[in-house]
Amino acid sequence: MAEFLQFAFSGLTVGAVYALVALGFTLIYNASDVVNFAQGEFVMIGGMATVFIAAVGVPLPVAALSAIVVAMIVGLLLHRLAIEPARGADAVTLIIITIGASIFLRSAASFIFDKQFHTLPPFTGDTPILFGGAAILPQSLWVLAGGFVIVILLWAFMSRTILGKAILATAANRLAARLVGINTSYVVGLSFALSAAIGAIAGILVTPITLTRYDVGTLLALKGFAAAMFGGMGSPIGAIVGGLIIGLLEAFGAGYISSEYKDAIAFIVILGVLFFMPTGLFGRKSVERV
Amino acid sequence: MTRLRRLTRLAAVSASALALGLTAAAAADPIKIGSVLAVTGPASFLGDPEEKTLQMYVDQINEAGGVDGRQIELIVYDSGGDPNKARTFATRLIEDDEVSAIIGDSTTGATMAMVPLAQDYEVPMISLAGAVVIIDPVKEYVFKTPHTDRMACEKIFQDMKANGYTKIGMISGTGGFGKSMREQCLDVVGTYDIEVVADETYGPSDADMTPQLTKIKNTDGVQAVINPGFGQGPAIVTRNYRQLGIDVPLYQSHGVASKSFIELAGDAANGVRLPAAALLVADKLPDDDPQKEVVVNYKTTYEEATGEPVSTFGGHAYDALMMLVAAIEKAGSDDPAAIRDALEQTSGFIGTAGEVNMSADDHLGLDVSAFEMLEIQDGDWVIIGEN
Repeated sequence: MAEFLQFAFSGLTVGAVYALVALGFTLIYNASDVVNFAQGEFVMIGGMATVFIAAVGVPLPVAALSAIVVAMIVGLLLHRLAIEPARGADAVTLIIITIGASIFLRSAASFIFDKQFHTLPPFTGDTPILFGGAAILPQSLWVLAGGFVIVILLWAFMSRTILGKAILATAANRLAARLVGINTSYVVGLSFALSAAIGAIAGILVTPITLTRYDVGTLLALKGFAAAMFGGMGSPIGAIVGGLIIGLLEAFGAGYISSEYKDAIAFIVILGVLFFMPTGLFGRKSVERV
Repeated sequence: MTRLRRLTRLAAVSASALALGLTAAAAADPIKIGSVLAVTGPASFLGDPEEKTLQMYVDQINEAGGVDGRQIELIVYDSGGDPNKARTFATRLIEDDEVSAIIGDSTTGATMAMVPLAQDYEVPMISLAGAVVIIDPVKEYVFKTPHTDRMACEKIFQDMKANGYTKIGMISGTGGFGKSMREQCLDVVGTYDIEVVADETYGPSDADMTPQLTKIKNTDGVQAVINPGFGQGPAIVTRNYRQLGIDVPLYQSHGVASKSFIELAGDAANGVRLPAAALLVADKLPDDDPQKEVVVNYKTTYEEATGEPVSTFGGHAYDALMMLVAAIEKAGSDDPAAIRDALEQTSGFIGTAGEVNMSADDHLGLDVSAFEMLEIQDGDWVIIGEN
């Protein structure tokens, strides 16, 4: 039982990060039909920028906030300079553009920051909390709680504010949204900034546990994309559920079967789901209603 | 008129060509040394200090008058740790640049891609990579400076045996380094009467190793755990290890022999044991240690010139360059075959990795004693020596 709980804690912590990356994918995909493979880079920027801003003596909370702002600016620039000029291009072209952007951001980070691994101090110490014979780090609770808060805030923003509704409208039908006076280019830019902020927050929350480096975004983007596909591309609930399931699968796979096949297990299950349910767990239908 | 102009131009051109030829003949040709290193890319933490070290010491040697009165010309290409690029650059060094010897690559994969070239063209090559396959079996033109992963295993098992541990757990990274060291450890562990009762792995960029460590924790009779690995993995393993409250000793490999490991692992690093080159503890070596002068000098020079903390990886480049220069001096020429022969006779060379004694069937020339056994205490290394 203790073993089971330990695997579950481990899976949920890692899964929460995948879920946040997948949520970023979803947000941009809904607003602009772009699958943004630079999503992992936002996570990296969040962690790295906090480390470096804090290193010059800025208090940690301020550094974290500045890092989020930095990521949002990068997100806006990405939209303005790379996505917007290619508007109307087909999906594959846009994907290639975002992959290019991700390579660019990674290289830029290796120059602006450095090539070393970095870490942040855990927010509330690193004495593990024992629960049913399993140990969980306080920071893992931060990650889970942070993810939960983000999802709630995002939901409130989408359904309770004019701006959020504008995003939903643009997602549903860009032309119709423009006809009712929504500046869709502005709204898509906003979704890039929002998704960058979510990525950056994930990066800040998780860096004390997983460490960060200029190239951590690649793997996160891959796992986040898998989570988004698994849950159903475009579905926010799917992104969260997909991320958590993949995290749990990896942890249980490594624990009960073999750590050799950990990465394979998650992908085999995803392939299976996509084979039998091509739209993922929460398919397209829910997207139209978001 | 035009004819006259053409004539003058011709005269001018031939005069300058003549002048150029004269100056070139006046100074002796430089000795060309080529290098292929992973200066950028995922293994840049190896290649970056290596390149800086080579440049720094080549400049120093040239300022002091060069080797046998000839300047050294260093040509460095960046392979990014990619075997294909390494092979291309090695070909370029040999065919176009016509170098006398090659230093590199930083990683085992890229080195192995270069080995056939060194052999075919008969150009001596000193690798800065870790795995034992580079020099075992012995290849005529291939040498290397870093300790092997097999030696690290032996050093760790010696310490375990001295402490009476007979059943151990193992958690290895699946990257090149971790994989190779895991195999070497499994191969050699039997000779120390130690049994590996739990054998887990993790991906090089995994963020959480608690499932694997939980399995090891729940395996009966584990008296110590060894973690062959590299990069951020071992730091996370160390943190997860303390988080799970596993109370048997944790051994790390020489792959974490840097200050950044201590920073990344934080307090969890306390009590971790690892084998490492003397360079890491240069200041703490006893004064009568034969390596003391070399490692302290290298450490001070590197840290003053770059402002970065010294790493054992740069030390491997230092050893390679110094051995090569000594071999060129001994051979008295820049003929690749002569340099090879001289390199093979290297004996009593004190480098950052230890005392090197090469022979026709040992192109590494180091033994297990070149490692120091260290324990991390309060954010620093302590030499725990033989027990």
